[in-house]
Amino acid sequence: MAQKTKTGFQILTANRLRDGAVLYWKDGAWVDALADADVFESAEAADAALEAGRGFVRNQYVVTPYLFDVVLDKGTVKPVREREIIRAAGPTIRTDLGKQAKPSLEAFDVSI
Amino acid sequence: MYRYDEFDAAFVRERVAQFRTQVERRLAGELSEDEFKPLRLMNGLYLQLHAYMLRIAVPYGTLSAKQMRMLAHVARKYDKGYGHFTTRQNMQFHWPRLVDVPDILADLATVEMHAIQTSGNCIRNVTADQFAGATAEEIEDPRPLCEIIRQWSSLHPEFTFLARKFKIAVGATEHDRAALQYHDMAVQVVHNAEGRLGYLVMAGGGMGRTPYVAHVMREFVEREDILAYLEAVLRVYNQDSRRDNIHKQRIKILINAIGPEEMRRRVAREFDEIKASGSLQLPEEELQRIAAYFAPPEFEALPDTSQAFEAARARDHAFARWADTNLSAHRAPGYAIATISLKPIGGVPGDISDKQMDGLADIMDEFGHEEIRVTHEQNMVMPHVKKDDLFAIYTKLKALDLAADNVGLITDIIACPGLDYCDLANARSIPVAQAIAKQFADPDRQRDIGELKIKISGCINACGHHHAGHIGILGVDKKGVEYYQLQLGGSGAEDAAIGEIMGPGFDEHEIAGAVERVVDAYLQLREDGERFLDTYRRLGMEPFKNVAYQEQLHAAY
Repeated sequence: MAQKTKTGFQILTANRLRDGAVLYWKDGAWVDALADADVFESAEAADAALEAGRGFVRNQYVVTPYLFDVVLDKGTVKPVREREIIRAAGPTIRTDLGKQAKPSLEAFDVSI
Repeated sequence: MYRYDEFDAAFVRERVAQFRTQVERRLAGELSEDEFKPLRLMNGLYLQLHAYMLRIAVPYGTLSAKQMRMLAHVARKYDKGYGHFTTRQNMQFHWPRLVDVPDILADLATVEMHAIQTSGNCIRNVTADQFAGATAEEIEDPRPLCEIIRQWSSLHPEFTFLARKFKIAVGATEHDRAALQYHDMAVQVVHNAEGRLGYLVMAGGGMGRTPYVAHVMREFVEREDILAYLEAVLRVYNQDSRRDNIHKQRIKILINAIGPEEMRRRVAREFDEIKASGSLQLPEEELQRIAAYFAPPEFEALPDTSQAFEAARARDHAFARWADTNLSAHRAPGYAIATISLKPIGGVPGDISDKQMDGLADIMDEFGHEEIRVTHEQNMVMPHVKKDDLFAIYTKLKALDLAADNVGLITDIIACPGLDYCDLANARSIPVAQAIAKQFADPDRQRDIGELKIKISGCINACGHHHAGHIGILGVDKKGVEYYQLQLGGSGAEDAAIGEIMGPGFDEHEIAGAVERVVDAYLQLREDGERFLDTYRRLGMEPFKNVAYQEQLHAAY
């Protein structure tokens, strides 16, 4: 059961089974970018998404889906915890890697 | 170096095939994540923040040129062009895809490498002194025993499902470079009063949430009895450890709960039973057979002073500086042990690129070096370098950006991957290491400060050995914000000690400054010949604590 948090906003995330990539929930499917993710204002909506997201565990698409807290800062979604900020971007000490990397610099092909 | 025999090769090949099937079954939905997780962990595969992480065993930290090239190949083909050496002398890749891991393991198997028992509740990869076989200080090369322990412990039916992981290290010198006393169990090669060679066995050391320095279990174990004795310790641990609480499952908790005396008694009883059964005797010929693999290269008869080395040292100031910090005495005249620092100022401690790995392999081939070592301090070592070759090798290291001249100094910092990569971390470690290194970048200032070991962990699990740092730093999470606790006075060497926590933590912008104030206080307070650790031991926490919090106190008032 999702807890109503003090910020009140939550996002659903998981890792893709085949390559471990960080994914976010949007409109009943998974997307790559935090900025595109659905932001849930109610615990009921977050729980419903989590339940739907678990369906993708059962079909081997993702592992360990969970909800995390975000705040809305001038229209931008920002995770409350540093951990989720780093997960959404990539290592802070290698800004050429992870989601924060510009596609042209990202030689590694994560498509499957 | 040790070479696989047909059994080793078949064993690793079979394991790769087995894991390939397990991955296929997982992807097909025949295995759930709960069922698959222990299987992947037994093969060193974790799921971290951004991706999977594969931890590859480097037994006792020894690698051949061929293996270095294979690690470079894995970094290039399957990862993002780099790898990370850990405090367990292993290599971690941060970005492999699950679907590629069976191929990675198959490639590694072609050069006698694997990821078996680099995770899970089993006996982990055995570590050793990185100067093994090269230093004049040692009684004998500790690696043959490491290899025997590796063979004994690989898939040991009794010890594959322990309460928790179990780490073993082996050393053979008075000066401890392998953090022996912080291991679940450690073996030190010693002579007894009659001058006979045998082993001192310690157990119950460890870091993490509840740090302990190991207790001596037995001062002297005869050579042929060593496996029987290690097995006796493991049996007592396996039978008596608590399995009800994850924080109390390591052997250190058991030994400190029942007391070292009682532990020694239980181990002795078990040891007597094993001995009486006549099993697990280690025949001298088998020990010698394994030891032959580790025979040192044929050293040339050289004068200890090399004209070429002395001339290069006199004309090239940077080389002289590198030589002063990165070279250690070798057992053979005319040779040196060269440590390659993986701590360039502003770099990531322990990271190495595919090009650097290939470059090191080229240097090894060109200068006829069969092996290279990984250190638990996240550096590398060329164990047998002719002094005549040192300048040429240094020049090539410099071209590879591998000539940092800071071994043992304040910028030679251990740091775990921390919250930049690790799923367990509470705070980042690497940026703190980088900030401190930049603050102390001046080479003359580093040399003035002298030996000072900073060790940083991003969580209480202590992969960055913060308890053993002269200055230890522990990252904690305070309501989603990273804070850093300072610990002073730890040591992972023969004078092992657990650092004392100073007090409330510093935020990410304050921590490097606090370290600098502590170091400045040391420079003012030290007496002749004192390292930071010596001054701390003489004066205690108070003077350092006062200066560390000074700025904060001023701000608060």
